[in-house]
Order: sequence, then C-alpha cells, then structure tokens
Amino acid sequence: MSIFVDENTKVIVQGLTGGQGSFHGLRNRDYGTKVVGGVTPGKGGTDVDGIPVFNTVAEAVAATGATASFVVVPPKFAADAIIEAAQGGITFIVSITEGIPAHDEARVYNRLVEEFPGVRLLGPNCPGIISPGKCNIGITSGDIALAGGPVGIVSRSGTLTYQALHELSQQGIGQTTCVGIGGDPVPGTNFIDCLAAFEADPETKAVMMIGEIGGSEEERAAEWIKAHMTKPVVAYVAGVTAPAGRKMGHAGAIISGSKGTAQAKMAALSEAGVHVCLNPTEAGEKMVEIVRAL
Amino acid sequence: MDLFEYQGKQYFSRFDIPVSPGGVADTVEEALSVAARVGFPVVVKAQVKVGGRGKAGGVKLATNEDEVRTHAGAILGLDIKGHVVKRLWVEHASDIEKEYYASFTLDRPNKVHLGMLSAQGGVEIEVVAEENPDAIAMLQIDPLVGLDVATARRWVAEAGLDEEARAQAAELLVKLYTCYVEGDCDLAEVNPLILTPDGRVHALDAKVTLDENAAFRHPEWEEFRATETEDPREKMAKEKGLNYIGLDGTVGIIANGAGLAMSTLDVVNQVGGSAANFLDIGGGANADVMAAALEVINTDPKVKSIFVNIFGGITRVDEVAKGVIEALSRVTITAPIVLRLDGTNAVEGRAILASHLNDRLLTEPTMLDAARRAVAFANQ
Repeated sequence: MSIFVDENTKVIVQGLTGGQGSFHGLRNRDYGTKVVGGVTPGKGGTDVDGIPVFNTVAEAVAATGATASFVVVPPKFAADAIIEAAQGGITFIVSITEGIPAHDEARVYNRLVEEFPGVRLLGPNCPGIISPGKCNIGITSGDIALAGGPVGIVSRSGTLTYQALHELSQQGIGQTTCVGIGGDPVPGTNFIDCLAAFEADPETKAVMMIGEIGGSEEERAAEWIKAHMTKPVVAYVAGVTAPAGRKMGHAGAIISGSKGTAQAKMAALSEAGVHVCLNPTEAGEKMVEIVRAL
Repeated sequence: MDLFEYQGKQYFSRFDIPVSPGGVADTVEEALSVAARVGFPVVVKAQVKVGGRGKAGGVKLATNEDEVRTHAGAILGLDIKGHVVKRLWVEHASDIEKEYYASFTLDRPNKVHLGMLSAQGGVEIEVVAEENPDAIAMLQIDPLVGLDVATARRWVAEAGLDEEARAQAAELLVKLYTCYVEGDCDLAEVNPLILTPDGRVHALDAKVTLDENAAFRHPEWEEFRATETEDPREKMAKEKGLNYIGLDGTVGIIANGAGLAMSTLDVVNQVGGSAANFLDIGGGANADVMAAALEVINTDPKVKSIFVNIFGGITRVDEVAKGVIEALSRVTITAPIVLRLDGTNAVEGRAILASHLNDRLLTEPTMLDAARRAVAFANQ
C-alpha cells in the first residue's frame, strides 16, 4: 500500500500551461500518474499535450473527478491557488512553490484547518510525493524510486529526499511512499502526520526520516515515535556544521540561540530509539541492513 | 532581513507606534545637530545588527554638546563583535519608570502567531524565559482572527503591567501586531517597552526582522536593502539569485537545494575537510545560474577545490553541465572541480561534460567519493 495517494488518484495541475507546470505535469503523467486536467484562468478549453485545461479548479473537478491538485504557481499567487483548490473540492494539495511569505502560509494553513478539515496540504516548498509505480505528484524524478516497498520516506528537504530514494533504490530496496514535507516554517503536513500514516500502513515495514536544522518538528516527531511507533526508524539531520543565526536556504532552516540545532534533534531522536546516522549514505546503508534483517 | 534599530523605529512609526524623537547621524556634526533638534539629554546609540552593544560601550547618555561630541566620536568606528559602527541613532533620552517586553513572532509548532509580553523588560527575554517563565504572558493569535483591543486589554492585565500603563500598552500592542502582519515581519520586538514617570508608554528599542519572501509587496523595503552590510561575495551572489553564505574553510561548495547543500557541508567536514561556503543554486537553476555560482566561488581566495553536488529534481543536470562549461569558457577557474551528478537528466548532463573532463575537472559516482576527492585536493 501507499500513503495519501495511490494508482487511482486523479490529479489536476494548477499552472499546467506554464513552463514548470507543463514540464513536471507531463513528467508526472508519463510516470503513470492519472493527470486528468490542468487549471489556468483564461485558458479553459485548450489542452496541454492532450490534457484538458479548465478556467477554475471547480470546473476541472466537476469534469474529471480529480481529488488531488499539484499547484505550480508563483509565490504571489500560491496562497489563493491553494484555497481555490480546497474550495473546488480537492482533498490533497501539493504545493511546490518556494518563497511564499510566512504570513500567507500561516493564513492558508489555518483556513484549511478551520474551513476545510478534510483537506491535506503537502508543502509549500516541497518536492511532492511519490508512491513508486503508482503515482508521482511533484518534481521528483520518478526513475530514482523503486516500487514494492517496504520503506516509507519522509523528508524536510527536497534534494535530500532524492538522495534518500537513490541510496535505497541502488541497493534494491523499494519504497511504499516518499513524502517531501518541505522546508518552510508552516508546513501543511508534518513528520508526525507521515509517521502515523506509515505506522498504519501494513506494507511499510520501516521509515527513513530526513530532518534539518531549525524549528522543533524533529523533536516533536521523536516524542511521537517514542510513544507510538513500532516500526524501525532511521534518521539523518542535515546541518551539523551550520552556523547559528544564518538561514541555510530554507526559510525554516535557522538556528536561533541554542534552539533548532542538528545536535539537539539527533539527541532527541536517538533517545526515542531512532537509528541516527551522520550522512545520507550511512542512513541508506543502515536502512538496507534493517530491511535485509526483516 | 534584519533591520537596524533606527530602521525598525522608522518602520514602527509608519504603523503609528510611539517611539522617542530622534535622528540618524553618520558624523559627530550630524549627531550634534540631531541632539539640538530633539533636545537634551540625548542617548547616542551605535547602529549595529548584533546584541550586547550597551556592554561594549555603544550606548551613551549625553547631557550637553561636549558629551555628544565625545560619545559620538568614540562610538563611530567602534568595533562591536566584528561590526564596525558607521551610523548612530541619537534620540531624546526618556525618563524610565518601568521597562516591559513585547514581541510578535510565528509559533511554529502551533502554526499560529505568538505574542509575548512581560512586565520584566530591559533584559534578555531568553534569560527571563529560563529563570522565570511565569513572568512572560504568552498569547496565541489565530492569523484569521488577529488581535483586537479587548483581547489586548486582558493580555496586559494578565502580564501584570502597571495599571497606568495598561490602556496605552494595549493600544500599542494592537499597532505592533498590525506592523508584524501588514509589515510582513518574522519578528517585531520591543525591548524595552517603557512607561515614563509622566505616564506615557512607548517603544525605546526596535528589533524587526522582515520576511524577504514578502518583498514583492513591499517596494519600500528597497531603502533597507541599500544599507545591508553584506560580505561583498554574498552581495554578488544575491544579485545573481544565489543563496550564498561565506564560511571559513577551503572547499568551495555548490549544491542544489538547501538540504543537500547543508548535507554537503556536513559530509565534507566528516571526511576531514572544511567548507568555504554554503551555496544553494536553488530549484530549477539554468546554465547561467550555475556559471554564476562558479564565478562567485572563484573570487574566494580561500578556496582550494570546488565540490559541485547536484541531485537533479526541478533542476536539470544537463543545464548544470552546460553552466560548468560556460563558466570555464568565461573565466579561469583556479581550483580543481569535482562533480557529483545524479537525478533529472543526469545521463545527458554527464554526456555533455564527458569530453571536457581532465585532472582538474572530474566526476565521482557518489557524494561521499566526491567529498573525499575534493577534500584531498584542498588538503594537498
């Protein structure tokens, strides 16, 4: 099984007619994802390589029965696009946009929670989600993933998500689902959401978790793992050598005072029984060892 | 982007938050003229983006022109933790009855806004939080609801602010919240927020951090950007759309994605090297961006080798390869370059580079191998 999406998930792409939207939307379709429509205001009635384009999300949902949306729009329009998706009946929204103002993210997150409790937002500023062989929504290169499980991956960093997939796939270890939750301060989906879903998924036997400096999500995940997780977890936290007070690229990746350091996160995870590794390769090797011993 | 105190106060003024009358001075003469305008006594304050300036002698009271001359002269050019003072803020000195603390920031775990208010201001809030957490009244604010005066009134009472300060403080807090939200601040902090003996409440300091992601709707931020005292290489990188942070080591790092760039730093460190920088070319970088990244690193004399670590996703490896070749044709890159290329269009990228490889431009199959090779070059 997979979490959040599967081979039946119908996806629309908001921004399909743009450069990034068409490149990744078509790649997602080529991977086998059911990309059933696109949305670009003013371009309804046209198509992108055979994928029909609609003026609004509501029209697209009515015509196609889509339940998921891949939102590929610039930061300025991202908040409105996400809300439009929820209003239009989409229940799983993937937002890859980097650079959305934090206040917009906070408003969107709380609006979704209050007005659309059944909607899950993944991102913003994330690579998306891939259930190998079934569904790929986002910008992950599908060929680095391997179908068949048994590992679930959850990561705060885009490129490290690819690295994690690559480390496992090269060793012949498949993945059930790989979720990139993104590196922004207000992620719609967090580590615990994904850990809980993996814990409940019978085909996922172990979880790889990639964290990074900033915030306290890894520490909260560690508490949750300690209390609820029965499956083995391997973790890597990026930014051991990051200096304090400098944002390391992601809006959320900043060590403020003594808070948010990689060391503190690694200690909390270790204490919760997680196998903490010092680099992505070591994490991959550890996971291979765990899976082979299952 | 962190603002200087004077910029923070100017920002506060736009939202009608009361601050002391004052002005900016870059010379002793300007300091004297501001002092004459706002009236003695005045406080002469170093404008640096680092804490602890008071202890370093960067904040002085002056009761007459001679003292302004002495203090302004001493503070201008003063080195405070590596920050040389180039600008002063001179303001009318306030009599202080009580010092409070107020701030708004994002409550990341709860995904709402967090107001912090304390009757124990003037000291580092981290210390108060540690030693006497009950002295801070925390208020979670739903971004969709905001902060109204009625809530602010309950909050100031809960925080134990003095009776005579409460009405004004509540009003000021609502304005500060407006500044935080409409002004797209990551942090809006007043420490101390003061009550004067004659019963007025105003902001004696201003610490504002702006969310650069919101710059598109704040053209007025340009003036703040002009005074950013950045490392020249960081400035050059930013102009080219790169996310660069200078560090002390010898291995120049270029990676796509913040996580991979951080991880690259870690791995270089683990195999016995040290990174000269953090450089994230971002998502979807094209050949031009990659070439610019190499050019930025090439201006750093500390760099003994360059490690290009790319895992293509939205970034296409063929574009990266083209950028490397482009950079090599435009400038002489002095340090050897070790590349590790995987992900989207990696096969095409490696093919583009194949005919250009030599003992100063080489590829390694994995991140660890490439880190070892780059560190070996740097340590030669």
